[in-house]
Amino acid sequence: MSSRAHADRSTAPLQSPSQTVPGWLLAAVPLVLLQPLLTHIATHVARSRPELFARLGPHTDKLFLIDPIDLPFVLLLRPNAARPYLQARRRFERPRHDATIAGTFLNLVNMIDGSLDGDALFFSRDLRVGGDTEAVVALRNALDDFEGSAFDAIVSAFGPLSAPLRLVVSSLRGMRKRKRHE
Amino acid sequence: MNNGGYTRPQLVCPAGTPAALRTAVEAGADAVYCGLQNATNARNFPGLNFTPAELEAAIAYAHARAAKVLLAVNTFPRAGQFALWREAVDLGARLGIDALIVADLGVADYAARTYPALRLHLSVQAGASSPEAIRFYCEEFGVKRVVLPRILTVAEIADIHRQIPCEIETFVFGNHGLMAEGRCSLSAYATGLSTNMDGACSPAADVHYEEDAARNLTTKLGPFVIDRFACNENAGYPTICKGRYLTDARNEAYYAFEEPVTLNLAGLLPDLMRAGVTALKVEGRQRSRAYVRAVVSAFRKAVDDILAGGEASLASLLALTEGQRETEGAYRSKTWR
Repeated sequence: MSSRAHADRSTAPLQSPSQTVPGWLLAAVPLVLLQPLLTHIATHVARSRPELFARLGPHTDKLFLIDPIDLPFVLLLRPNAARPYLQARRRFERPRHDATIAGTFLNLVNMIDGSLDGDALFFSRDLRVGGDTEAVVALRNALDDFEGSAFDAIVSAFGPLSAPLRLVVSSLRGMRKRKRHE
Repeated sequence: MNNGGYTRPQLVCPAGTPAALRTAVEAGADAVYCGLQNATNARNFPGLNFTPAELEAAIAYAHARAAKVLLAVNTFPRAGQFALWREAVDLGARLGIDALIVADLGVADYAARTYPALRLHLSVQAGASSPEAIRFYCEEFGVKRVVLPRILTVAEIADIHRQIPCEIETFVFGNHGLMAEGRCSLSAYATGLSTNMDGACSPAADVHYEEDAARNLTTKLGPFVIDRFACNENAGYPTICKGRYLTDARNEAYYAFEEPVTLNLAGLLPDLMRAGVTALKVEGRQRSRAYVRAVVSAFRKAVDDILAGGEASLASLLALTEGQRETEGAYRSKTWR
């Protein structure tokens, strides 16, 4: 099936399981308030880490639906270095896309950060992919070649809010680790 | 050098990206193998592999840390397209790679004649599993090491070691890989692209996943459904050899070729080292930095423990395995299924 065919369809809204992050806090936030921040993140990464986009080859104009299943919104990403696009959308909007990547927020963060293996998440069914598989594989490999921490690079776009955000994610990682050891 | 009664084996690790190569070296790899961004290697996947500039930088990085870089040029050129493989060999020689991993007779011949000082390793893709076949490559092309197919017992490996004039490299972790390597055409039948000539088994463009509302997952390769995983089942790679199929002879879908399971020979490391294996290979250039870090670190520690006279203590790698299952495959017994 061609990627164009995928662009003309939308998958069903993905179900959110029990909350592992305080998603309800974000549920109250109008997405329009998030948009300037998301645009800033996309622009910041495109400018500071252009090498990320070279590995994507013909997939830089694909639309990726990133679904952190425990957050009250999905992210629509077009990883084009010249025209980066990152937008938050409500699930019920079922935005058009070429490929879907879905998992818990922490699993997605840890995967792009190089601390969790995407294939292993897929084997254990903790990661769902759909649509244009080739685009998903290219994005996964591009992110995995990120020098250092991709998450840190994204968080650094938050300026003075970077430190508290790192602290929140670090706490969530700690909570999850403790939960696994219980 | 003898350690704990053993000769120190090389730990040969995969790298699909420069970041993975650096991770492998930092985790204790003695050598890292990688490929270029084209059909000359058997992991020609989107977004993976090295540009010439990246390979040059990676070699400098590895050599500065006493690690070797091996370049896989281990696919088979199509008629009239040899130039791409010749360029890959030329590039590797020019950049100072430590060895070239080859499978095709023509590529081996070109490399041996043009760069007689360049070390040649025989890829598992060559499918050389007998002393006679291995000796042919050694005598004709000066091959210094053979990567053995994953179909031999440790006793058979020891027997081959006694009959060949080159080193042996054997897989210790990763893809189980029981198909006749270098000859498998299952993926080509389904997609039109050849694993052995285009370098892509189950090319991602032909792979489609469909999950229903109950989280039952259907995996398709081209027009073929190759598996259906229930919501509570672990999944595997979308390759035909690991699919489940319905036939008139069986009541339920079954694994006709092999099962989604990962090879893990941690428990056989002392036996392999005693059998004369020079290099222990981790499969997985398509895997992430996280996989490389975890697997290489675990095997580095296990090998060092053995060399120190202790027992191998290997961290659990089950979470990284296909289907969340491990096997020693044919290495312990050919009746593993």
